[in-house]
Amino acid sequence: MNAIATTGLTKKYGKQIAVNSLNLAIEQGTCFALLGVNGAGKTTTIKMLSCLTKPTGGDAMILGKSILSEPQAVKAITNVSPQETAVAPNLTVRENLELIASIYGSTVKAARQKTTRMIEDFHLAGVERRKSKTLSGGWQRRLSIAMALISEPQILFLDEPTLGLDVLARRELWSIIEQLKGKVTIILTTHYLEEAQALSDRIGVMAHGELKAIGTAAELIAGTSATTFEDAFIALATGSEACA
Amino acid sequence: MRLLSFASRNRKELLRDPLNLAFGIGFPLVVLLLLSAIQANIPVSLFTIEKLAPGIAVFGLSFIALFSGIVIAKDRTTSFLMRLFASPLSASDFLLGYTLPLLPMAILQGIVCFIASFFLGLPMNADVLLALVVLIPPAMLFIGIGLLAGSLLTDKQVGGICGALLTNVSAWLSGTWFDLNLVGGAFKRIAYALPFAHAVDATKAAITGNYASILPHLWWVIGYAAVIMVIAVVVFKTKMNSDS
Repeated sequence: MNAIATTGLTKKYGKQIAVNSLNLAIEQGTCFALLGVNGAGKTTTIKMLSCLTKPTGGDAMILGKSILSEPQAVKAITNVSPQETAVAPNLTVRENLELIASIYGSTVKAARQKTTRMIEDFHLAGVERRKSKTLSGGWQRRLSIAMALISEPQILFLDEPTLGLDVLARRELWSIIEQLKGKVTIILTTHYLEEAQALSDRIGVMAHGELKAIGTAAELIAGTSATTFEDAFIALATGSEACA
Repeated sequence: MRLLSFASRNRKELLRDPLNLAFGIGFPLVVLLLLSAIQANIPVSLFTIEKLAPGIAVFGLSFIALFSGIVIAKDRTTSFLMRLFASPLSASDFLLGYTLPLLPMAILQGIVCFIASFFLGLPMNADVLLALVVLIPPAMLFIGIGLLAGSLLTDKQVGGICGALLTNVSAWLSGTWFDLNLVGGAFKRIAYALPFAHAVDATKAAITGNYASILPHLWWVIGYAAVIMVIAVVVFKTKMNSDS
């Protein structure tokens, strides 16, 4: 079953086309990576799918619910970790997590329990009582991702989740994403090609607002006659011939 | 539950910022004490406590616009608001969530101001309670201004416009620092075309038991508060559905 199915999804800002007639199907429980250079349309696509911005044309069904006609229902089953760290600065780590859990409908008791679990999963116990504004950028990002997961979304949008994380924290997040696969549908945007290769079941490459290719890393390499995934990506993103 | 959680978060953000407490409560108190000390040493009755306490109470409320504006603007600029927009919170949850914690804060400001004024000679009677009720429309006016500023400006711009400009303009045009009749002319006409002098006069009328004079002044404030609040709600909702 498809978790996400878009038909002609388009976003224009004036005359500029940010996303052009995107037709995409993402299977439930898989991790899908959306790659592209800056301005390719990845973040705009995520914003449309998570009901943060309205498409100019087309529609997308999120587990059978339309982003146009049922945005509240879509919001209840999705969650987003934005590109920039998004935490409440004067709230503690625990309070941030409890806030998001209750906003997504958890009772006080359930919010506490879920928070405790997230604190364990993300190794946040040492900073649990600290105000989030006092945390380093890496810890804030870790918290930001935990906040995206605490609502137990069926679809999770991760917009460049490992940006600013050190190698260890990045590997830890990879491990968490691996554990989520099969249970949660993950849509990941990243500039790290090895990350997309390691984590995702399928990869889509966007350029100039259009989906240029879709497939597994191996399929994309084969389709462009490239020898490495990086070469394949460059070929698809620039429309040039792959280096043999 | 969602609304209460969000309102509780906003209350914590406001109260945990020491600058908010310093400016919202501490600074008006300092001004109250300073002007009372001046009054004690001059032969004319310029800053008698019956005139001064209502003026300082309204002056203190002007900082509410600064607090609310900064919280909203910071949420916008740090992507925290984007995270919340992607959640099932409705537009009314947002507006009430930002507004509700500020009203008790505004009333608390008034209480602190009047308690300090008792020590400076303000008669302790039921009219003071009436004055606290009369302060609610001015509080709503400043909350609306903060909501509007926070929806349109960055936190630094809010600091400049609400922190410096609004607090000064509203104080100069309120008749707190000097009797508007002493200046007269266009200055007085402008002052009474705006709501700040009416807010002070209505509170003054309540505190001196001049009940008949309350409503003619308060209607001005209620009118301005309603218009500003409607504009703020429209702007916030537009921003919520916009692409930025």
